[in-house]
Amino acid sequence: MAKPKLKAHVINQEWCKGCGICVHFCPKSVLELDEADKVFAARRSDCICCHLCELRCPDLAIEVETEQD
Amino acid sequence: MAIKDYIRERFFPHIWCPGCGHGTVLNSLLRAVSQLGMSKNEIVVVSGIGCSSRISGYVDFHTLHTLHGRALAFATGVKLSRPELNLIVPMGDGDALAIGGNHFIHAARRNIDLTAIVMNNRIYGMTGGQYSPLSGHGILATTAPYTNIDYAFDTVKLATAAGASFVARGTTYHVQQLAKILKQAILHEGFSVVEVLTQCPTYFGRKNRLGTAADMMEQYKNNTTPIGSKAKQENPDLIERGVFVQKEIPEYCSEYDKIIERAMKGN
Amino acid sequence: MKTENIKFIQGNEACVEGAMYAGLDFFAGYPITPSTEIAELLSRRLPQKGGKFIQMEDEIASMSAIIGASLTGNKVMTATSGPGFSLMQEALGYAIMAEIPCVIVNVQRGGPSTGIPTHVSQGDVCQTRWGTHGDHAIVALTASTHQDVFETTVEAFNISETYRTPVVLLYDEVVGHMRERLVVPEAGELALVERLRTSVREGVDYHPYLPREDGRLPMSDFGGVHRYNVTGLFHDMWGFPSDNPKVVHGLLRHLVDKIRNNVNQIARFKEYYLKDAECILISYGSSARSARHVVEYLRPRGERIGLLELQTLWPFPHDIVDEKCANAKSVVVVEMNMGQIMREVKRAVKNPERVFLANRIDGVFIAPRDIRDILRIIQGKGV
Repeated sequence: MAKPKLKAHVINQEWCKGCGICVHFCPKSVLELDEADKVFAARRSDCICCHLCELRCPDLAIEVETEQD
Repeated sequence: MAIKDYIRERFFPHIWCPGCGHGTVLNSLLRAVSQLGMSKNEIVVVSGIGCSSRISGYVDFHTLHTLHGRALAFATGVKLSRPELNLIVPMGDGDALAIGGNHFIHAARRNIDLTAIVMNNRIYGMTGGQYSPLSGHGILATTAPYTNIDYAFDTVKLATAAGASFVARGTTYHVQQLAKILKQAILHEGFSVVEVLTQCPTYFGRKNRLGTAADMMEQYKNNTTPIGSKAKQENPDLIERGVFVQKEIPEYCSEYDKIIERAMKGN
Repeated sequence: MKTENIKFIQGNEACVEGAMYAGLDFFAGYPITPSTEIAELLSRRLPQKGGKFIQMEDEIASMSAIIGASLTGNKVMTATSGPGFSLMQEALGYAIMAEIPCVIVNVQRGGPSTGIPTHVSQGDVCQTRWGTHGDHAIVALTASTHQDVFETTVEAFNISETYRTPVVLLYDEVVGHMRERLVVPEAGELALVERLRTSVREGVDYHPYLPREDGRLPMSDFGGVHRYNVTGLFHDMWGFPSDNPKVVHGLLRHLVDKIRNNVNQIARFKEYYLKDAECILISYGSSARSARHVVEYLRPRGERIGLLELQTLWPFPHDIVDEKCANAKSVVVVEMNMGQIMREVKRAVKNPERVFLANRIDGVFIAPRDIRDILRIIQGKGV
């Protein structure tokens, strides 16, 4: 099966509370918090679409959209 | 995402603190429901009182937000009167095992088909950080300023001894395992107990200097291990996670249906 | 009347007959003297008609379970006595707040606390009114004969479903345990009220707590096509928690007014020789049996005495009591407690100094002689 290709990190700025869980546990350190303490994909191309940020987010604020979606 | 179909979006962002593990439990629960392809009208979520129990307001099912400790009793009434409905009962550690302790052991003893999710953050969060029966010896809390002198229940052992036919434990770090466990628990016909080790960074975390939510989840990663692992044999203090009990025994509502059959025949 | 409809049974069984007649589907309870027979009988009767019975681990669980079952569309009931009734108060308040139909039978015994389990009292009257915390309204009915036990039980379900409120049946140990004749009515003889269900279609926004113009609140069964939230917190019309002052004020007023504004519709009572009565006895429950005996005994002996038997205790029918007692020289409340209804009567009538109490509080059933002795003292005649 082909590796999933990243389309976008869909982040809900209103729901994100900047808890940092996704940033801390990203296996490829893709994510960071900006000055407003909201998450963004700082190293987008390193993303392996593992979806762990999406699965762990307490606020349902991040979604990893892949090409298959 | 498909799981957004299962929430009452107009109430988001939810009231839980940044990094609260309950949000992750909600996340995993919705994935489990979504993967099972269940219809929203057949699900009833019954919760008690506390931060954990606020989960019911955020999900687009039939929801019943009851009294502190009494969720399983209300749920028993719903389930017995309409056994075809799917009952999910999320509760806090104090809600389920302090004030709700009696209802917990009896629901287990009856083996009535409910899925009890004990969202164990080892604290009474909603009221500002008092210790609970799952807090553990030596911790600090607002009502244990000199440290706690009592010990925690082992939820798995308690549920097992009380007769629950499905008993499991997961954590908010091990989300893939958690969703899988929740699916099994919901599918299981009988009383299912899933204890989720979740974090309260605001009270338990701060009072006991455990760092950020992510730091607390690192602890769950490092201090837990699959059931019967080599690591457990080498270090008995590790907490086991996985499915401890899964047995097929007569379920309460099905047994009662047999009573009805007999009674209607005049026996 | 068919002979098979005539039964010689305990009052507890008459209550069971009434509940089955009214369409009871689900009972959850816990044994406690002197109400246990109700649970025992229903454990046998309910499954015979496809209904459900469960003995829960305590009274708190029992009250909670019947609320859950009511939400799926069932007519529900539980039965208990003083100590169990005390345990049920929190959940009773939940049913009031969430407007959930249910019937709670309290077969009163001597209290407070463990009291005297096998002896009568009528000591839970005020607790029924104010046992659960917060401002609220409650409906409580009572009866003195088995025929009335049956009818008030049916009425309790009707009121409960009409107003979406818990209704307490406040019987007592004497009525509960004594044996008397009951004639079970034919189907259709007594009117039954089914709960009002919403006509809002699937997919259309349903508001579980938005009253119609006539004040009624259509329900939707859990498991049906409308998904909504039920909570004991103050809530908006969708059932979602709210602490908005307008919402809180509106809901609290609604909960109280829906009962208060219907006092006269809910009031049930019986009158005996009130028209020209100089002395009016007011009584209820088993005490009323003795009170009636006194009236039937003294009337032919020339005393202008009458009896107002109350069957609705809450909401207390102040206006009706005031009207009936307008011309009496003395009003004597007969009850087996320290004056719980007497207090209400004093508040209701003009010239409350003419209201007296004839009571017995030692667990012994108040006899006609006890009442006559007290009447003589009140009338200055000594014993």
